Amino acid sequence: MSGDLQRMRYSIESVRAREEKLGAVMSAMTAVATLLALLSVVMFLGFLIFLGGDWLANAQSATSGVDQPVKSNFEVLLWGGAELAVSGGVFPAIVGTIVLTLVMTVIVSPLGIVVALYLTEYAGTGWHTRLLRIGIQNMAAIPSIIYGVFGLAFFVYVIGGRLDNLFFAGNLPNPTFGAPGLLWASLTLAILTLPTVIVATEEGLLRLPLALREGSRALGATRSETIFRVVLPAATPSIMTGIILAVARAAGEVAPLMLVGVVRYAPTLPVSVEAPFIHLEQKFMHLGFFVYDLTMHAPGSEGRVGIVAASGLLLVLVIATLNLAALLLRLRLRRTFLRTGFE
Amino acid sequence: MDHREALIAASTNRSNPSEAAPGIEVKGLSLTYPEEPNALTDINLSIPGGEVTAVIGPSGCGKSTLLRCFNRMNDMLEGCSYSGSIILNGLDVLDPATDVTALRRRVGMVFQQPNPFPMSIYENVAYGPRIGGVRRRRELDEVVESALRLAALWDEVKDQMNRNAIVLSLGQQQRLVIARAIAVRPEVLLMDEPASSLDPISTLRIEELIYELKQSYTIVIVTHNMQQAARVSDRTAFLNQGRVVEYDSTDKIFTNPAERATEDYITGRYG
Repeated sequence: MSGDLQRMRYSIESVRAREEKLGAVMSAMTAVATLLALLSVVMFLGFLIFLGGDWLANAQSATSGVDQPVKSNFEVLLWGGAELAVSGGVFPAIVGTIVLTLVMTVIVSPLGIVVALYLTEYAGTGWHTRLLRIGIQNMAAIPSIIYGVFGLAFFVYVIGGRLDNLFFAGNLPNPTFGAPGLLWASLTLAILTLPTVIVATEEGLLRLPLALREGSRALGATRSETIFRVVLPAATPSIMTGIILAVARAAGEVAPLMLVGVVRYAPTLPVSVEAPFIHLEQKFMHLGFFVYDLTMHAPGSEGRVGIVAASGLLLVLVIATLNLAALLLRLRLRRTFLRTGFE
Repeated sequence: MDHREALIAASTNRSNPSEAAPGIEVKGLSLTYPEEPNALTDINLSIPGGEVTAVIGPSGCGKSTLLRCFNRMNDMLEGCSYSGSIILNGLDVLDPATDVTALRRRVGMVFQQPNPFPMSIYENVAYGPRIGGVRRRRELDEVVESALRLAALWDEVKDQMNRNAIVLSLGQQQRLVIARAIAVRPEVLLMDEPASSLDPISTLRIEELIYELKQSYTIVIVTHNMQQAARVSDRTAFLNQGRVVEYDSTDKIFTNPAERATEDYITGRYG
């Protein structure tokens, strides 16, 4: 009897020992993986900061003449110069990136929310709803350049061409909207980020307790009153999360933009201080494309890495700023609709 | 009219507060839905106005389903169908032509879990009146205050009307939800296990509130707590497997039930 007990204790102890060994291995493995991830981020940012910062810190560029006023490398990067081999510096590219992202957000947010509302609140649970949902989720997996091709073919040629024929016939054969531009680039990015907003909003809507909807219906509210007065406000934090993810994705996208509106040099900004303030038909510059252009077309190999790293650093900063703005907005809204229960 | 009567008058559609709330006549009510073909079978109840009627029975006997017939909340279930009739003050509740939103303004409901909306305390109570078309701020203020007073919550929240309702305790939330239902000026209040998620002290406050409210509203309460049914109700219906086993005054049901099954259930031998 006591022998049985002894044996049992042995087996328990051996199992426990094995589990402890396994646990130690697992914790070591996860720690190593985390370190690797951290290291790559630090190396990446370090590369940008050291090379880019170093180049920026150099006060004078080698090629500036004697009688020319001394320009810091920062000014050269911002406003352009001979060293960049691109007219117009990084400033118009930053403005272009921000304006593009904002216009994209204004288009994708209402569209994504409305689609998510339809899918969760009105479409029911039949096979066609499921099919639609799977289709939308898979849209996120399409390579972004395909969106660019679609944008060029559909938005620019089909819709833009039609618009020109209808409203700007006087300018033909010079295209107004029938050529790549800010509006078509924004629309293309909106289509690209649509699944992100839809999926996040849907998740937010589905997570709301049934009791919330029932409570509203029991007070004599109709379905749409319930949706617009109770359900949507309660889902705002999730919707904002979706919009933040969309902004993050859109701000870093370059490939599709090359087809639908980005150029290496635009003589004017897409925004102005006079009406109509924003020029949706104009071509514009973009930080991502600027970095690509700089890398591929700047003269000489010396110092090129520094310029590219510096503009890369700026790109990262701009995207981080856009994300931060969206995050702060979300925080504010969350305070308004504070609801710990389903956050 | 004293203060209390003025409150009641402000929170009901009746000009004369001593006039009793209407009763409910249930005749031959059956309800089926795909998962539960015999959810309710041939229910006959005559629920008197201005009293508290408790519905008791084991889990899954159809108590909540019966309650949800009175404000047609079962309509939200897919494939649900009724037969029989429910008459409230001359209105045929189950008639397909009945305006469901208007019905729900006459028959308020309080749920098992407090379900305040994620908005301010004031907006929670003003929600129903706003939906009903009340726009003037003065009028809304009055409705909100009288509903909160009647729900015995006013003194606790009058200085924090703009705070989010979620900061309230569960017991306060449940009284807020009752105030929200009252603000629509219903005639009937349905309560689906209103205290089952609350602590004993909050439960006591809700029970006191039910006792207070019955002079203004007809109250039907579903509960799985025998003592609660005995404490708050005037009449009790015992349901089992979708049928009414016994329906009588609460005193009779709890002291001298006619049916053996009722006695077994309330003494804890079954269910």
